[in-house]
Amino acid sequence: MNLNELTIKQARTGLDNGEFTSVDLTTVCLKRIKECNGELNAFITVCEKSALAEAKVADEMIENKKIKPLTGIPFCVKDAICTVGVRSTAAAKILDNYIPPFDATVIKKIREQGGVLLGKNNCDTFGHGASNENSMYGPVPNPHDLTKVSGGSSGGSAAAVADNMCIFSIGEDTGGSIRQPASFCGVVGLRPSYGRNSRYGIMPMASSLDTVGPITKTVEDMAVVMQEIAGCDGRDATTVPDDVPDYEKELGKIDLKKLTVGVPKEYFEVDALDPEVKSATLAAIEKLKQAGATIKEVSLPMTKYAIAVYYIVVPCEDSSNLGRLDGVRYGVRVDTPPTPSYQEGDSDTGNIPLLSRGGRGGSLYDLYANSRDQGFPEEVKRRILIGTYALSAGYYDAYYKKAQKVRTLIIQDFEKAFKKVDVLITPTSPFPAFALGEKSFDPLQMYLADIMLAPASLAGVPALSVPAGMSKSGLPIGVQIIGPRLSEGLVMGVGEAIEKN
Amino acid sequence: MALSLDEVRKIAKLARLNLTPAEEKRHAETISVVLDYMNILNEVNTDGVEITSQVTGLSDVMRPDEPYECDFKKELINQMPEVSENELKVPAVFE
Repeated sequence: MNLNELTIKQARTGLDNGEFTSVDLTTVCLKRIKECNGELNAFITVCEKSALAEAKVADEMIENKKIKPLTGIPFCVKDAICTVGVRSTAAAKILDNYIPPFDATVIKKIREQGGVLLGKNNCDTFGHGASNENSMYGPVPNPHDLTKVSGGSSGGSAAAVADNMCIFSIGEDTGGSIRQPASFCGVVGLRPSYGRNSRYGIMPMASSLDTVGPITKTVEDMAVVMQEIAGCDGRDATTVPDDVPDYEKELGKIDLKKLTVGVPKEYFEVDALDPEVKSATLAAIEKLKQAGATIKEVSLPMTKYAIAVYYIVVPCEDSSNLGRLDGVRYGVRVDTPPTPSYQEGDSDTGNIPLLSRGGRGGSLYDLYANSRDQGFPEEVKRRILIGTYALSAGYYDAYYKKAQKVRTLIIQDFEKAFKKVDVLITPTSPFPAFALGEKSFDPLQMYLADIMLAPASLAGVPALSVPAGMSKSGLPIGVQIIGPRLSEGLVMGVGEAIEKN
Repeated sequence: MALSLDEVRKIAKLARLNLTPAEEKRHAETISVVLDYMNILNEVNTDGVEITSQVTGLSDVMRPDEPYECDFKKELINQMPEVSENELKVPAVFE
């Protein structure tokens, strides 16, 4: 087994026993990145020099017995999360040159204990997408089949973990951006409860929905990373003060014989549900039943409205959040209109000629409008337009307010279900990874890919995607475990039971 | 419900986005499809339902209102597209 294929747990043992050093481990990961990134495009920025320097420091920490769970473990981070001194673009050309002066809180926690930052992962620009095709740095193909998408928006992070370019990665999930790519790439992805992990330093998309969470090779690793990054943060007023439980202990405590698993029928009535995904999910449920769990069908009647609610709430909050990107204080400033060499329609391909063509003399309005025109891809512009429209006078009640009311009903669906069952099990995505280009010109079809994912996001509850077999064509299938708020330990415990079977 | 080209242009101006004529056309088409889909929400009776704008139940999260030093002023200034004597340069606001 190559070192880059290790889990966190295995790497920890090897490092602590002196079988290899963090420099060894980091070198092997960097080598893998060099070999495969040309094809996978999972990294926008690779930090070769600083990673090796950080690994050296970690080795000293290990030698001096100052060992924490992530000391010396190489990891990577979605590019929409700020890392001090390391370019963070969110896959947007308007931030092509942006170097954050601080680390996001979750990243700071990992780096302070000697985690080694390998680089920054490609993603759909600002997290807008379910296929990684909306990145201005090009798509990320699926490591299991290069003609398929890796999923999105944290596609680069999931592909990097699946391809063993790193030991784990940190992604961001607003409406499925961790869970869906994790399921497409055959790895484990957790969207924690909203408020469990600090959002400080995460580039905001929809502030009432954004969460940050790990993508790992095993559920056990997921518990290790969550233990280190969860908790209240003075810099994020939406983090909850509840104690962080001992997740690994919670995993061990799960008694399947006392567990009631809910199967929400609406998720299995989705038109687009692939028969192989359906049978893999039912097989996972059957395994839990065999192990003693009680299975109960439940109904979440508001499920079919989740995408409509989600794609109103998100563009509204998005368009407000993205107002700060205007070429004034940071990022790329474009004063003058596009030069004649700028081809109309280039923004479709993401191959926009690099900005900063300079030029002076435009008005302040021109500066805003040109910087935003050339710095954002088409999907970002679409969301800004939808949000601006839906929030404008006369439409606010019909769209945003209506969506927020239906959101309340979606939450009540979950509350009622969790009175009867401990967790819910559903497919993560109605289908395995789809082909590159298949949905990229049809925004509504791309939005509908989030049908299984958006409800838990809107309710703010934790949801985990774990691998549950492969399709006949060799693509991974994931199942989703959804639990009540702050039940990450339970959700991971059930996930581990499925993973181990 | 179709979104007209004029409406797209008006929203784009409000949102400070320059769009090419081809983009205006594509956005008018795709956004109309998306807005049509949103009509599904009219099936749901929401009379008397409260809105949800956050899910944590937290309220009045306060911190001490005390001034503190920003320890990365230089780095922030380094990120500015144009600087003159430690100050951010922008085009004239009033013409």
